[in-house]
Amino acid sequence: MLARIQLSDDEVTQLTGQLDAIVDNIAKVSEVATPDVEPTSHPIPLHNVFRPDVAGQTLTTAQALQNAPDADGDRFRVTAILGEEQ
Amino acid sequence: MAAAKLMDFDKALELFEPVLGFEVHVELNTETKMFSDAPNPANERNHEAGPNTLIAPVDLGLPGSLPVVNETAIRSSISLGLALGCSIAESCRFARKNYFYPDLGKNYQISQYDEPIAFEGSVEVELEDGTLVTIPIERAHMEEDAGKLTHMGGATGRIQGAEYSLVDYNRAGVPLVEIVTKTIFGAEHRAPEIAKAYVATIRDIVRGLGISEARLERGNLRCDANVSLRPRALPGEPVAPLGTRTETKNVNSMRSVERAVRYEIQRQAAILAEGGTITQETRHWHEDTGTTSPGRPKSDADDYRYFPEPDLLPVQPPRELVEELRAALPEQPVARRRRLMTEWGFTDLEFQDVRNGGLLDEVAATIAAGSTPAAARKWWTTEISRLANLQEREPAELISPENVAALQQLVDAGTLTDKLARQVLEGVIAGEGTPQQVVDARGLAVVSDDGALIAAIDDALAAQPDVMAKIKDGKVQAAGAVIGAVMKAMKGQADAARVRELILERAAQ
Amino acid sequence: MSEIIRWTAAELGAKLAAGEVSSVEATQAHLDRIAAVDGDVHAFLHVNEHALDAAADVDRRRAAGEDLGALAGVPLAIKDVLVTTDQPSTSGSRILEGYRSPFDATVVARSRAAGLVGIGKTNMDEFAMGSSTEHSAYGPTHNPWDLDRIPGGSGGGSAAAVAAFEAPIALGSDTGGSIRQPAHVTGTVGIKPTYGGVSRYGAIALASSLDQVGPVARTVLDAGLLHDVIGGHDPKDSTSLTDAWPSFAAAAREGATGQVLKGLKVGVVRELPDSGFQAGVASSFHAALAQMEAQGAEIVEISAPHFEYGVAAYYLILPAEASSNLAKFDSVRFGLRVTPPGGGTVEDVMSLTREAGFGPEVKRRIILGTYALSAGYYDAYYGSAQKVRTLIQQDFDAAFAQVDVIATPSAPTTAFKLGEKIDDPLQMYLNDLTTIPANLAGVPGISIPSGLAEEDGLPVGIQFLAPVREDARLYRVGAALEALLVDAWGGPLLDRAPVLAEKTVLGGTR
Repeated sequence: MLARIQLSDDEVTQLTGQLDAIVDNIAKVSEVATPDVEPTSHPIPLHNVFRPDVAGQTLTTAQALQNAPDADGDRFRVTAILGEEQ
Repeated sequence: MAAAKLMDFDKALELFEPVLGFEVHVELNTETKMFSDAPNPANERNHEAGPNTLIAPVDLGLPGSLPVVNETAIRSSISLGLALGCSIAESCRFARKNYFYPDLGKNYQISQYDEPIAFEGSVEVELEDGTLVTIPIERAHMEEDAGKLTHMGGATGRIQGAEYSLVDYNRAGVPLVEIVTKTIFGAEHRAPEIAKAYVATIRDIVRGLGISEARLERGNLRCDANVSLRPRALPGEPVAPLGTRTETKNVNSMRSVERAVRYEIQRQAAILAEGGTITQETRHWHEDTGTTSPGRPKSDADDYRYFPEPDLLPVQPPRELVEELRAALPEQPVARRRRLMTEWGFTDLEFQDVRNGGLLDEVAATIAAGSTPAAARKWWTTEISRLANLQEREPAELISPENVAALQQLVDAGTLTDKLARQVLEGVIAGEGTPQQVVDARGLAVVSDDGALIAAIDDALAAQPDVMAKIKDGKVQAAGAVIGAVMKAMKGQADAARVRELILERAAQ
Repeated sequence: MSEIIRWTAAELGAKLAAGEVSSVEATQAHLDRIAAVDGDVHAFLHVNEHALDAAADVDRRRAAGEDLGALAGVPLAIKDVLVTTDQPSTSGSRILEGYRSPFDATVVARSRAAGLVGIGKTNMDEFAMGSSTEHSAYGPTHNPWDLDRIPGGSGGGSAAAVAAFEAPIALGSDTGGSIRQPAHVTGTVGIKPTYGGVSRYGAIALASSLDQVGPVARTVLDAGLLHDVIGGHDPKDSTSLTDAWPSFAAAAREGATGQVLKGLKVGVVRELPDSGFQAGVASSFHAALAQMEAQGAEIVEISAPHFEYGVAAYYLILPAEASSNLAKFDSVRFGLRVTPPGGGTVEDVMSLTREAGFGPEVKRRIILGTYALSAGYYDAYYGSAQKVRTLIQQDFDAAFAQVDVIATPSAPTTAFKLGEKIDDPLQMYLNDLTTIPANLAGVPGISIPSGLAEEDGLPVGIQFLAPVREDARLYRVGAALEALLVDAWGGPLLDRAPVLAEKTVLGGTR
């Protein structure tokens, strides 16, 4: 599924119940969220925040791989990306 | 998998109207990446970097890392938008495009969704025969590139059948500008040509702006071609609805763009004519077989759950900056071409040779390095292009404009004949050095010492005693046999005209 | 038990500067305390094995005559949501067990530069989702006031560490009350700065538009001293403000000695009636207000009609942003990897890893968040929630036109028992009723102890909120009230906390 979490059947049942309750409760916001109200993405209005195009301290390859669960030389390794049938 | 059936192209065009759309991704050549200060692999100087050596924390999505926008990338994007005739947004934002894939550092791509930096433009595209086509541009927006996956263990090195994959995140975070055209109608028979010309024009524009290396073979410029067919209405009948489109990726050269569009038209026509339906999908172009194959089917991954990027603030280009960048725009490619053609004094056909070979910049640089326009054109469009085709590389990769000019200078100075010059050219291309170095190393210079020539002439005359008599008799053409023998003896390192002169002098004695 | 651990950070810093004690001694004293009580409290996930080296280094620099800051040599506990190069960072999750960051969070780097000695990483609800620290994958933290009770969350570890005298000060993070609510239930002080006031670089992200890093301490002055070290613009965090900030320690000192409360207008929210709070919490709140009035403050009723939608809006925005922020935990570049038996595609490995590595609350919120952002639901859920933010900001703007600060109890109840609310997520979410509006609007908030609730003798905190960028005002007002209350109590509230049994553990630190 979209969240990439392989839930057990029990979890699915439990979660569905909890989510329903939560979602109902949350439908509350639509009471006040009328079309004339602008949404706010950032609490403090700022804009045009940039950095100069200058290289900084990069990680060494060793640092980049230091927490890798699996690596081959200087690259990360993952199992096959498509299943056999694709 | 069985090869797809294809309808004859002309027949397909009789029955169907091709409808096109293009998404071109341009990798900017800024010093650093879009949202991190790691060096940018799409910048020429980092081209050879080893895997996972151009990494900042945010490129790997390390916990706690945050993106910060590259100012130069903004400027480049605005310039590109202006060069595409677009309006520049007063305010725009970044958005997260959420999906899971191992080449993404964060499992979302920072892109722009409903607020692109540039929108509503158009580009004039010139076809090989000079026809102008206007391509409408929907938008150009900024985003970041993903890392590179290498699939291992399978038979073909492709993703199907691979046992595992290796990931290099150097490319993750490279600044991209995605240019999206509006739907293109009326391309008709010229659809494949127009596709190629459009991509070439985009390449010329970004090169002209200096914002991208724009090498298709390196992936600096990537084109996805959308093709659909619409059945032609009979007179009096209403226009049919638009057909289902496919999106073809992995078109890595100008040639591929043209071929892929042509192929898709033929493939889709065959299916539709048999009453079949087109699957809306992404397809992968294979240059070796000249076919497309289905990619991953679009699934629920289509829901990218876009929302405004909370770690970044809106970008509001000041109007003064926009005007400053507009004033700094270089000449539009079409206007530039007109000017150069006049300056260089080429005929239409000669100029087309240069343009269609994508050699405008190379010829211009060669002229700047001291060559005449005619000589520059000659070298680039004949010998160098021929060798490039054989090696399946771009002409510009084989030799520098400076070396071409230097080569011509050697010919002009009499050091080389045309024939010798071609050998020197091959030497330079093989990496043996500059033209002068190759001449010296291989000893290819034309022999200018008359003494050596006379000696060879005497040998040749001795071997063909009747020639001298014929020449003295007024049959000057007989000299040809001797010239040939002398040239052979000199291994071509003689100026045939001088040899002839000397022979005739001899005869006059 | 060494008296060193009872000193405030300000006192310890002064004694270090005066040469009366060394950083090594101070650090050792706190390490001993941790060894003695943390078996019961479980505030720490990791004790820094290099702490004494760092302390020795500060002592060396001081001996060499270097000019050091007010907190140089003082031990600092760090919430495990902040990445550190010299200690693991787990964010309370199994999916990051053993993770070693190659970079320090900006606040950690600044603390190091100021000579603070990182003594350990503190426990928290997994990925900062929770208000009880019961959702930590490593077991809960226990409230030093009553070990059967929650220490608050998500930053229960930092608050408990400070309340148990295991460290004088700590770093925390606050997304919906995760600094302020633990302060309330442990009788300590916590501040959520104005959004953008402190760098988020290196704070493992939960909800990017709500998260803030802030100080956790036993006194307002200590919190101000730490805030001075960590605050200010960071070019690595695009959302950090470029403002120059005044000294918060100075503001605290001013509050403690000055006439701050005279004429101060304090707003009380009509839509948060006493009936919504535990009786002892409400009465402690009113008693504190009465103290302020006695000093010349004016209590004004204000209306914030949209606060009641805050929890609902928060529980749409947070899961949405979190579902995206937590997508990076996919077994590929770092963290846990769980491979299905017999192998599987990378998609299988990702799904299984996330299933195994995330706890139930995290999974709940990720799924909810994914749903709230889905095509067809965006406008109704996430989009609408962002509108509630605007309305709450407008409520604050209107209120601050009438008053200087807004006061509320910091949470509806005192510390509940471990396990009491864990099966009822909705109940749990209501713990953040009074703290959430500040995160939605970006305004700063402080919680200081207001007393003990009559019915259970457990700590209660009072929260003050100020307009955006007016963090110093909170330090002044907080310090002023703190001075009054400590005077009335005859000493800090923590003096009345039960004495923790000290275990002798051979071998010193864990």
